[in-house]
Amino acid sequence: MIAVPTLTACPVCDGDVTISEDTVANELLDCGECASELEVLSLEPPKLAEAPEAAEDWGE
Amino acid sequence: MIRANVVGGSGYTGGELLRLLLSHPDVAIQGTSSESLAGKPVGRAHPNLRGVTELKFRPLADLEPADIAFVCLPHGTASVRWDELLGLAPQLIDLSADFRLRDAAVYEKYYKREHPRPPLLEQFVYGLAELHRDSIRSAKWVACGGCNATASILGLYPLARAGLMDTHAPIVEVKAGSSEAGRQASVTSHHPERSGSVRAFAPTGHRHTAEIAQALGNGTPMPVHLSVTSVEMVRGAVATSHVFPSRAVSERDVWGIYREAFRNEPFMRLVKESRGAYRYPDPKLLAGTNFCDVGFDLDVDNGRLVVISAIDNLMKGAAGQAVQCMNLMNGLDETTGLSFPGLHPS
Repeated sequence: MIAVPTLTACPVCDGDVTISEDTVANELLDCGECASELEVLSLEPPKLAEAPEAAEDWGE
Repeated sequence: MIRANVVGGSGYTGGELLRLLLSHPDVAIQGTSSESLAGKPVGRAHPNLRGVTELKFRPLADLEPADIAFVCLPHGTASVRWDELLGLAPQLIDLSADFRLRDAAVYEKYYKREHPRPPLLEQFVYGLAELHRDSIRSAKWVACGGCNATASILGLYPLARAGLMDTHAPIVEVKAGSSEAGRQASVTSHHPERSGSVRAFAPTGHRHTAEIAQALGNGTPMPVHLSVTSVEMVRGAVATSHVFPSRAVSERDVWGIYREAFRNEPFMRLVKESRGAYRYPDPKLLAGTNFCDVGFDLDVDNGRLVVISAIDNLMKGAAGQAVQCMNLMNGLDETTGLSFPGLHPS
């Protein structure tokens, strides 16, 4: 847990993402700008990564 | 209340204007004209307005002066009948192509006829608030942008302002719905011919090319390649623009450019998501709305930035754009009467 809400940058779009005081490591957050699903890799320092998703193949 | 005339109210853009103005809290429709349907109720042309209004079409000559006139006549008509229109209202918004281009020679090149009133061209303001908001506020005459041009320009103007299109002309492919062709039936719109067709009706030389070049250039037209294809859709236009940036950019750089450009724009939405059925702009979601959705994808290896921009051609591409301009010209919140968020599913 972190002491206060913290702003950090979305790794996809660079928009602001808020990490609230009750966020825990490995939690999934949504970026309010690009709607990417983000995994909290660490809290101190705050570090996010785009959560993996099963790929689709629309080329058939 | 603002008293409004809708000239040429029987077409699709006229019908959309009537729909919007009938529920606009600051507008009262004074009259609407149609020569072919004079004396008939508005619902005869626009069945969605049955029971909503008792308005009847009148001949243009019978319209009484109002505060503003929306002119929805076929291309090439308003500039010829200008003297008749001038007395209808001190504020005039033209939805045809007659006053969009500032250069009469360019008009002649693309519309294959001499402009009948060249001195008027410089007196009209182009109706995209995202580019000309302050000028529209003080304008008495506005020329609304064409639908395909609007979709293309709104997707590209942030990149033009950022100097990313200085060295290579963008290639724009627009997929357009059938309502762009207007209400008049033709052999090409006949259902057995139109249904299921993916028709490349203007691979080059589309008239809106000149508008896009004019709007994106900074005083000098910016070269642009435009192709338009009509697809199986009634409403909507989506522009897929291929931009070859004049300097190396990252995806985050492009996010930043668009975020900054759209920060205070009420009808511009950045749509680029990694999940779901609608990851990029899709006109299906925009029917009846005044939004323009813009998304992008960056091909770093090949130096290509693909921009997707979508609108409802009858709304942001015509009637919605016109109402947004009217709001600005009259000191109203520019979103008044334009808050419909669309339907899902539709």
